[in-house]
Amino acid sequence: MAEPSQDEDPSGREWWASEDFWRKCAIFVTAGMAFVLVVLTYHTHTVILAGAESGRVPAYSVINNRIGYEFNDDRNMMVPVIGPLAPLFGEALSEDEARALVDHGKLTVQARNCMNCHTLLGNGAYYAPDLTKAWLDPGWGNEEARELLMTLFLKDPVANARTYGTNRRMPNPELTDDEVRGVIAYLKWMSAIDTNGFPSGFTVLPQGTLSTGSES
Amino acid sequence: MTAGRVDYASLSAGQQLAVKYFVVAMALFLAQMLFGLLAAWQFLDPEFLFGIVDFNVNRMVHINAMVVWLLYGFIGSIFWLVEDEAGVPLVGCKLANITFWVLTVAVAIVVVVYLVVQSGPGDKWTLWFINEGREYIEAPRWADIGIVLCMGAIFYNVAGTFVRGKWSGIAGVLVLDLIALAGLYFAGMFYTTNLPLDQYWWWWVIHLWVEATWEVMVGCIMAWGLMKTLATPRRIVTTWLYIEVALMFGSGILGLGHHYFWIGTPEYWLGVGGFFSALEPIPLVAMVVHAVYDAGRHSFRSNNHPALAWLIAHAFGNFLGAGVWGFMQTLPQINLYTHGTQWSSSHGHLAFFGAYVTIIVAFIYIAIQKLRGDVWMSADLRGGWRWKWSLALLHVGMVGMTIALLIAGYEQSFVERAVGGSTWAAYFEGQTQPWFVEAMWWRMGFGVLMTAGLVILLVDLLRIGADETRTSKSLDR
Repeated sequence: MAEPSQDEDPSGREWWASEDFWRKCAIFVTAGMAFVLVVLTYHTHTVILAGAESGRVPAYSVINNRIGYEFNDDRNMMVPVIGPLAPLFGEALSEDEARALVDHGKLTVQARNCMNCHTLLGNGAYYAPDLTKAWLDPGWGNEEARELLMTLFLKDPVANARTYGTNRRMPNPELTDDEVRGVIAYLKWMSAIDTNGFPSGFTVLPQGTLSTGSES
Repeated sequence: MTAGRVDYASLSAGQQLAVKYFVVAMALFLAQMLFGLLAAWQFLDPEFLFGIVDFNVNRMVHINAMVVWLLYGFIGSIFWLVEDEAGVPLVGCKLANITFWVLTVAVAIVVVVYLVVQSGPGDKWTLWFINEGREYIEAPRWADIGIVLCMGAIFYNVAGTFVRGKWSGIAGVLVLDLIALAGLYFAGMFYTTNLPLDQYWWWWVIHLWVEATWEVMVGCIMAWGLMKTLATPRRIVTTWLYIEVALMFGSGILGLGHHYFWIGTPEYWLGVGGFFSALEPIPLVAMVVHAVYDAGRHSFRSNNHPALAWLIAHAFGNFLGAGVWGFMQTLPQINLYTHGTQWSSSHGHLAFFGAYVTIIVAFIYIAIQKLRGDVWMSADLRGGWRWKWSLALLHVGMVGMTIALLIAGYEQSFVERAVGGSTWAAYFEGQTQPWFVEAMWWRMGFGVLMTAGLVILLVDLLRIGADETRTSKSLDR
């Protein structure tokens, strides 16, 4: 290598300031991190499948059950609790039927662009409330009134506005009856996802027991 | 060739193409700002355009215009430098021009559909042809496929030109980064019922673009820009580029984990994401050191003052907006309360501006100097007040907006999250607190200030150098 000119940084001759050393670093660091990410992605995938053994993301038929959200001492965070049977709209569904209903709800939420006002699992826009625990929100009064109030609200959110003293109303997304049922099923399923304690300190609306009786 | 006169014909094919990309980029920048103002006003007056152009539509256009114009800025910058770097003409001029028009028409159709049709029935048809409903990558699937095809054509042109000409460290990093950038887009092109799975892959696109591959692309552009504006030796910028890649991918790839705290993914992401994302500011510090050291070493002697000013703004903006503002809320213990509040929008605004807007504006100034026949753009530039005022107004506006949103975010985290426990009632209580409401007014005011800065910037980009006849001084070191 030619003698560096006076103007050049003399440290360029040191191994730690050489182009070659940092090129290798860049390649190995990137490859290493990408490898770790792929391994973690593979593992995460197996864990977050709906109905997987880990229980983090429940099967879609969880909408047949009462869902709670309680503080867990072992994990030191709030976690969803799957309670006894409490079928959505009074009708227990098979896993396939439940999946189809939740799927219709999710498609509707995407098609109506809900995420550019609301957040889902905390992601989205900040113009309207987070929907992660919308199913459990005390704003619905109690368990008995919830399904009817949610249906009425989603059918006509302008007339049945819930603005809490602000004048920020939800525009009417003009949902069909099936879409309304789908969206509610989707929100109920969403509330049963284990989100590592997010949101923290949430108060669940008054509802019946969460004890399934089969547990010791 | 006369200095000061626009001389489009004297540019190379790649540079002519770059000018087209820059023009569309600036038009979309203006659109981004206007839709941002509409959305900001709706926070203050929810009845404004209610039921006509609702907040979600304004906000979607606001963020999509941004993503697209930044991409246009990057593509333009790459086309500008590729022939110079490779030492040969572009391999496929005709293809490159067709790609530009296809992409631009597609973008126009998508925006018109967003504004006119807005939404559709809850089925896959809507996802394919109207709106995918996933923040940042709302573009319907047909457009996704078109974007991938166009990116393929652009990649062919860039990589092919380097293959025919000569490779360099910058070329190597740029080509590999383009592969990663285009490849990652596929992670966002599928539908699943499973929301955690959906958001897992969605973040692959968003995070691994803006906190990894975009940053590296900016590193490439910055490296070339420093060689041109400051005559920094190639060996130095290349070595720094490798250091930045190592630090950026070393922290940013697993830093992805900070989006996996609360979406149903396993608890180990709290540790992985918290640790690695806390390291993410380090490469940004390195970039500041690099830029400021180089500028100082050359006694700030530059033949293009506006470009150098924006490059310095980039170094600090990237560090503060992406680095510091991101770090403030990246640990899970804090993020539990700040996730999904105005903290995020405070961070998002300053980060996108500091990291990406600044570098593209700097690059456009480099391009304009050439376009006007290597015109004088140093001290005592006629009409030089415009670039200084636009730079000042855009920065004061952005910083003011960021601080206002941060105050709103603090208040929201406290009232809605920590005290209220995130119920809907708590949400609205947070939204009506005086601190929050006042912050939204301040945000609006600073947004108007920014828009004034942008208007001056656009005028300056059209006019700078027009009243000069001096040619730029050469940068013999």
